[in-house]
Amino acid sequence: MFTHRHLLGLEGLSREELLSLIDTAATFKEISDRDIKKVPTLRGKTVVGLFYEASTRTRTSFEIAAKRLSADYINISASSSSSTKGETLLDTARNIAAMRPDALIIRHSAAGAPHFLAKRIDCPVINAGDGAHEHPTQALLDLLTIRDKVGRLDNLTVAIVGDILHSRVTRSNVHALRTLGNRVRLVGPPTLLPSEAGAWGEVHHDLRNGVRDADVVMMLRLQRERQGRNYLPSLDEYSRYFCLNRAALALAKPDAVVMHPGPINRGIEIASDVADGAASLIMQQVTNGVAVRMAILFLLVNRVRAAAPEVPAAEQVAPERRRKVG
Amino acid sequence: MGSILIAGGTVIDPANNRHEAADVLIVDGRIARLGAPGDAGEPDETIDAGGCWVVPGLIDMHVHLREPGYEYKETVQTGTQAAVAGGFTAVACMANTNPINDTGAVTKYIVEKAVAANLARVYPIGAVSVGLKGERLAEIGEMHEAGIVAVSDDGRPIMDSALMRHALEYSAMFGLAVIAHEEDLALAGDGCMNEGPTSFRLGLKGMPSAAEEAMVARDIALLERTGGRLHIAHVSTANSVDLVRRAKARGLAVSAEATPHHFTLTEEAVGDYDTNAKMAPPLRLSSDVQAIFDGLRDGTIDAIATDHAPHHHDEKNVEFDCAAKGIVGLETALPLCLALVREQALPIEALIRAMSVNPARILGVPGGSLADGAAADVTVIDPNATWRVEPDRFQSKSRNTPFGDWQMTGQARVTIVGGVVKWRMLEAAAEGRRKRNATR
Repeated sequence: MFTHRHLLGLEGLSREELLSLIDTAATFKEISDRDIKKVPTLRGKTVVGLFYEASTRTRTSFEIAAKRLSADYINISASSSSSTKGETLLDTARNIAAMRPDALIIRHSAAGAPHFLAKRIDCPVINAGDGAHEHPTQALLDLLTIRDKVGRLDNLTVAIVGDILHSRVTRSNVHALRTLGNRVRLVGPPTLLPSEAGAWGEVHHDLRNGVRDADVVMMLRLQRERQGRNYLPSLDEYSRYFCLNRAALALAKPDAVVMHPGPINRGIEIASDVADGAASLIMQQVTNGVAVRMAILFLLVNRVRAAAPEVPAAEQVAPERRRKVG
Repeated sequence: MGSILIAGGTVIDPANNRHEAADVLIVDGRIARLGAPGDAGEPDETIDAGGCWVVPGLIDMHVHLREPGYEYKETVQTGTQAAVAGGFTAVACMANTNPINDTGAVTKYIVEKAVAANLARVYPIGAVSVGLKGERLAEIGEMHEAGIVAVSDDGRPIMDSALMRHALEYSAMFGLAVIAHEEDLALAGDGCMNEGPTSFRLGLKGMPSAAEEAMVARDIALLERTGGRLHIAHVSTANSVDLVRRAKARGLAVSAEATPHHFTLTEEAVGDYDTNAKMAPPLRLSSDVQAIFDGLRDGTIDAIATDHAPHHHDEKNVEFDCAAKGIVGLETALPLCLALVREQALPIEALIRAMSVNPARILGVPGGSLADGAAADVTVIDPNATWRVEPDRFQSKSRNTPFGDWQMTGQARVTIVGGVVKWRMLEAAAEGRRKRNATR
């Protein structure tokens, strides 16, 4: 049972908490298959998304999740550099919190930004990606997708390939996969895979060794700006060694699945015929993202309601109006 | 000025090879006599130092007093008030003020502010380069005449090796040490903590140890050619300690300092993005902490300095990436240092050398001795006093410390500068009690 006030990351969550989140998410999947995709669960609740970094998939997914639960969703896209705007992140968040939302979703380029806010504002905080730190809802949707396809979430060999150093998706996934009892391999060039990663999983600099006999191959998006900072000579050279093509995928288990958090760079980290091929779960990941975010909103917003004293419906009517009615 | 007798304490004066029960008499601002207990005659004032250590005044050779320009963080007045409260009778202040201390006029301004504050002695450190820009040498001679005791571009590492070479050569003409903040800026990049397991876990950009070590090695290589004196500020890594140790073995004129936070905390203090654990150089690993202690014990590290770096709450109450680097140190240094004596068997003489004798020697300033006739800068330390760190009660204007709520053992009971009592812990405690009662 997940009883935390915030969802800041998957590090430190127990196996039971992780499975409970995934189980809850699974129950929400069906709503998106209905003709009328809306339930009244969070009617009258307000959810604010505060996106300091560009995001299409995650922002839309949260918005759809909130709306399918009947919550009112407001999105704020802000410049990542709060100082240039003149208002600090904390002041912006405090102002939003003063409007009494029931949950605040935040994406920010600074690692720890959601943790910073969670300590200072009176509102559940959901981390939608903080710098290179964590992206918990992405990892949860990855887990749900694996379980849907493979049927279990333990004793799997999962290869995560790409820019490990800067990847929040990796960090959230590694915490959860290890807690659930899976083997993690981290694959990439040494510039993007520091020695510290050895404590997190098996380190490989050779894609073929990294994916050999894997059950799951998770490809990461390569940020194009990495080549300018000399992490890489060129995108071409990166793709020569780390692009998942059919030949490389053939080394994984015959029924291995391929995942990618998106947006994909076709031909750089993943070949088109793999991204679009039978082993690819990329679109299922996106579909499951809505269910995962519905589950998180449901658990965090309802937790606040459960904690508040139950007020009988009649008491909620304003006194003067009640007199008139009476 | 009259006379003060410090009675009943244990005098620890390594410069004069003394460690014994003795009274200390101060007459007209100077140490008058060191004698056996009870033979001091009739002083104007007697300080009961029973159970205390009486040591030459502590000298912090690396602080930021922020004046002129950043008076909202600290002033010469508040900074020196914090100094005497922490047991320091003198501080040397870095040049990164606004305007920067790169001219005699700014040096004089700081000196005048210190005279007006009339608390701890203040020794300004001049900039190596104009505007700390790392391009052209500042007028070191003019600043020397105005009172600087060393030169440093602290906070802005000197990336231009030729400039560093010339700084070492030129400052030697005045007998001034060049104090180097060792950090290869390209390698440190926009890192905000040590590069290691914790930065990897937290997704924060790291500064590798090599960013410091490469520059320590460079400057030792330059020193070998140029002569002059090199002082390495806030050594933070095991390899840096080793580089200094080997340079000293070759007889080079290099000295080094370490901060209490670098021998007390590891990178894990960053914990859950605590911006009070953000500083440059960053907190490192436990192996580095051990190496710094070893360096202090074998004399490789000459001095303990706080790098007292006050910042306003608003500059720390932000995302970790955006937070200002640095912590205040003057009011927490002494108990953290005493812990080395109590828990790790560092000889007390070694500690007093690192906190008083050696800083005086490196900067070429008076102090570090309780010899007859010396200026009466004296710190009376109660090694057993226990107290809790309450940042809101700091004398400093700023509260940016990772040691808030720590239980400490040991504190300065009395701080005497030039024969005048500048701080009494018992009075301060009574004052605090009065204030608390008044607000009830």
